[in-house]
Amino acid sequence: MIRLQQIEMAAFAGACLLAACPVGAAPAAVLLKNGVIHTQAARGTIDGGSVLIVAGRVTAIGRDLVAPAGAEVIDLKGRPVTPALFGGVGQMGVTEVEAEASTNDSTLKLGQMRPEFDLTYAFNPDSVPLAVSRVEGIGFALLAPGAEAGRKGGPGSSIIAGLGSVVRLDGRRPRAPVALAVTVGADAGPLAGESRAAAFMLLAQALEEARAAAPLAAGEQRLLTPAGRRVLKSFLLEQKPVVFEVDRAADIRTVVEFAAREKLKAVVHGGAEAWRLAPLLARAQVPVVLDPLDDLPEQFDQIGATLENAARLHAAGVTVVFSRRSASPHDARKLRQAAGNAVAHGLPWDAALAALTSAPAKVFRAAAEFGSIEAGRPANLVVWSGDPLEVSTLVDASWLDGRRQSLRSRQTELRDRYLAKLKAGAAR
Amino acid sequence: MRFSHTRAVQRFAALAVGAGLAAALAAAEPATPSADPYPSTYAASAAAPVLIRGATVLTGSGARLEDTDVLVADGKVAAVGQHLATPEGARIVEGKGRWVTPGLIDVHSHLGVYPSPAVSGNSDGNEATAPVTANVWAEHSVWPVDPGFDTALAGGITTLEILPGSANLIGGRSVILKNVAAVTYQAMKFPGAPQGLKMACGENPKRVYGAGRNMAPSTRMGNVAGYRAQWIEAQEYLRDLGAYQAKLKAGGKSAEDAKPPKRDLRLETLAGVLKGEIAVQMHCYRADEMAIMLDMAREFGFRIAAFHHAVEAYKIANLLAERGVCAAMWADWWGFKMEANDGIQENIALVDAAPQSCAIVHSDSEEGIQRLNQEAAKAAARGRAAGLDIPPERAIRWLTLNPARALGIDGRTGTLEPGKMADLVVWNRNPFSVYALADEVYIDGVLQFDRAHPPVLPRSDFMLGQPAAAGVAP
Repeated sequence: MIRLQQIEMAAFAGACLLAACPVGAAPAAVLLKNGVIHTQAARGTIDGGSVLIVAGRVTAIGRDLVAPAGAEVIDLKGRPVTPALFGGVGQMGVTEVEAEASTNDSTLKLGQMRPEFDLTYAFNPDSVPLAVSRVEGIGFALLAPGAEAGRKGGPGSSIIAGLGSVVRLDGRRPRAPVALAVTVGADAGPLAGESRAAAFMLLAQALEEARAAAPLAAGEQRLLTPAGRRVLKSFLLEQKPVVFEVDRAADIRTVVEFAAREKLKAVVHGGAEAWRLAPLLARAQVPVVLDPLDDLPEQFDQIGATLENAARLHAAGVTVVFSRRSASPHDARKLRQAAGNAVAHGLPWDAALAALTSAPAKVFRAAAEFGSIEAGRPANLVVWSGDPLEVSTLVDASWLDGRRQSLRSRQTELRDRYLAKLKAGAAR
Repeated sequence: MRFSHTRAVQRFAALAVGAGLAAALAAAEPATPSADPYPSTYAASAAAPVLIRGATVLTGSGARLEDTDVLVADGKVAAVGQHLATPEGARIVEGKGRWVTPGLIDVHSHLGVYPSPAVSGNSDGNEATAPVTANVWAEHSVWPVDPGFDTALAGGITTLEILPGSANLIGGRSVILKNVAAVTYQAMKFPGAPQGLKMACGENPKRVYGAGRNMAPSTRMGNVAGYRAQWIEAQEYLRDLGAYQAKLKAGGKSAEDAKPPKRDLRLETLAGVLKGEIAVQMHCYRADEMAIMLDMAREFGFRIAAFHHAVEAYKIANLLAERGVCAAMWADWWGFKMEANDGIQENIALVDAAPQSCAIVHSDSEEGIQRLNQEAAKAAARGRAAGLDIPPERAIRWLTLNPARALGIDGRTGTLEPGKMADLVVWNRNPFSVYALADEVYIDGVLQFDRAHPPVLPRSDFMLGQPAAAGVAP
């Protein structure tokens, strides 16, 4: 039936219904017309706008685009189009089931400081949470290692957890490592001799080792391997983001001052109390990656947590990026709901969308590929049934790297199997 | 029959009259414990009548009424209708553009027993020292200061069940609270509400004891053997108790020689379940395990009120509905362990679609409890996309009437029917939106949360005088 419909539509006007358009193949050209295009770029939001995709790239955006001969034309009927969403900072592609160690590669627990730890070696493009998140409009995420104390006397991780990379939810190879994950604050205590103060001592020592022009003397106590020194040095030289896991306001201030002194490009991650230092963070141009749903003192470090965190930071001019505190790949799809809640608590709608698209793409240096809809960029975009931040809104169609994505996952398979049983009165 | 103060008095009185033996009665005391030794001291303060005018009202009993008034008087829903007369001194709430629903009820919360901040000193939710701790009562762990009660209130939660954690096969008794600020939990305790018994299927007990301590249970079959052994003991206890009571009743020497069974808190709880006074609230993810539990409930003749975290309930939606067992579910929390691996976003909607179903949205989370309305909205949207008809007046039952049913308090709260407790929420719009906020929350007719007039000082003692919360930059 669907096949017939496709043929009819194609024969009719080179157009197809969203639900019936072919998936997976990359036709030479696709024109999405008559939508609300949230470009997250210079063009802003275009009502009654169109996007032309040719050979997988956005080639034009505007109001009166003409479909090239043979192009597939899709009438959006006023529906919104956004860049593909960010899935947060976490374990996308390296954790299948959190509680099952054999399926979880997220955290290095060697008891050594290994900034060179590259999690992309563990990235599994077939991981089910990828498809489950893709169906929800997520196109990219920052894969970053976790930090955890050792269990039962075993080694734990280090305050430098390792390298973070942007992963793409259509399963292509991750981008090259771009971020360094560092833990300070209360969670650093167990990784730094039971005092958060030692996190900065150790970090300063590691940076000194990385900067040392001459090789360290034999027998000199060192934290880093030669590879680790090279990695850390590259972060200093290239000003790549160092993502500090930190919540307490006083610790955030220390991070900002430490980063200025050491010439690091700092990003605050967690940031429950960041709003209290909003002017400082804005001046220092330190972005904050936060969970908009944080509003309880889960730890003493988060006593100032508030649902207005994002709104207050944004108002002060701080770049805000959204991420779930759980870091779980299973939880990534809840991020746009979290963004909607930030709007309900004072954040402008466009800023909330930015925190899910352009802001993370810029902060994690993937803006040439993700985060905006612009001519010349690969088509990574989503058509929504309604307001993308609304909980009742679903994805109608999505493209990643110019390819129409399937909206099926293991979960839709389960749904269809048991919906059929239920309809027969046989779900038992 | 429920445990309540009145019932206990009645039962005691009947025994006294029947036996007519003061000496025997004295001897009976150890075996006939007070049914309500930690009674509720909650009493709603007096409040002026409230008239909400011209709102969209979801009654919880299945109706959606447009441009409708709700009148609250003496702590009860007095009337729901159009053009209601304004009683003298009534607080008038303009309802135009707003929606009114019954107060939301969460059947699964650990507020107070796993409070914020999550520190060891206040971590009181799992008595993880033995796989069966039917003797413990969650209420004795509740820290009323938990700031999570306040954030839940802002999300429209008026009633919640606090349960022990899921480390144990049988974790202990639950308590149902009204979400009111208080120094003691007794002053939050829902008057006359039955207690529940928390039990847990699956991975948690076998992980904590088997993998964690190399003791039983270490397998799912060990779990089931563990529960069954307890029910057998409880049956013996009830037999001994019955024999003792028969001797008392016979009078004469038989009564004089009668010796009550030794008091045992664990067996009192389990016997309460077998007598139908305590309903089982069962943490159970997998469909096949839920079916095993239903068989076990038949084997020993007790009732399971609800399966909690029923991630696979959709696979057996018809079976659950036929057995009259509720399923309490998340909208989209899944995958964190194997028994949560088959979670789907349509779970709640599919369970709801079975005839005679009882679908519930629950939280088990200090975050989730703040926005059960949004969780329901997600589930309803997924259900509609799958072709199911789920209007708001139906979805609201997942948060109100159905949880009230599972807790045995549906005769008193959970809908806006006249005579019921005036537990209700005034929303700034359709509550099934991410942008919806509770403007006002009433519990027994008392305005407990007013978004337009937030308290100057935090309600939680913990949050009082905290520079961080006050926003002073360090």
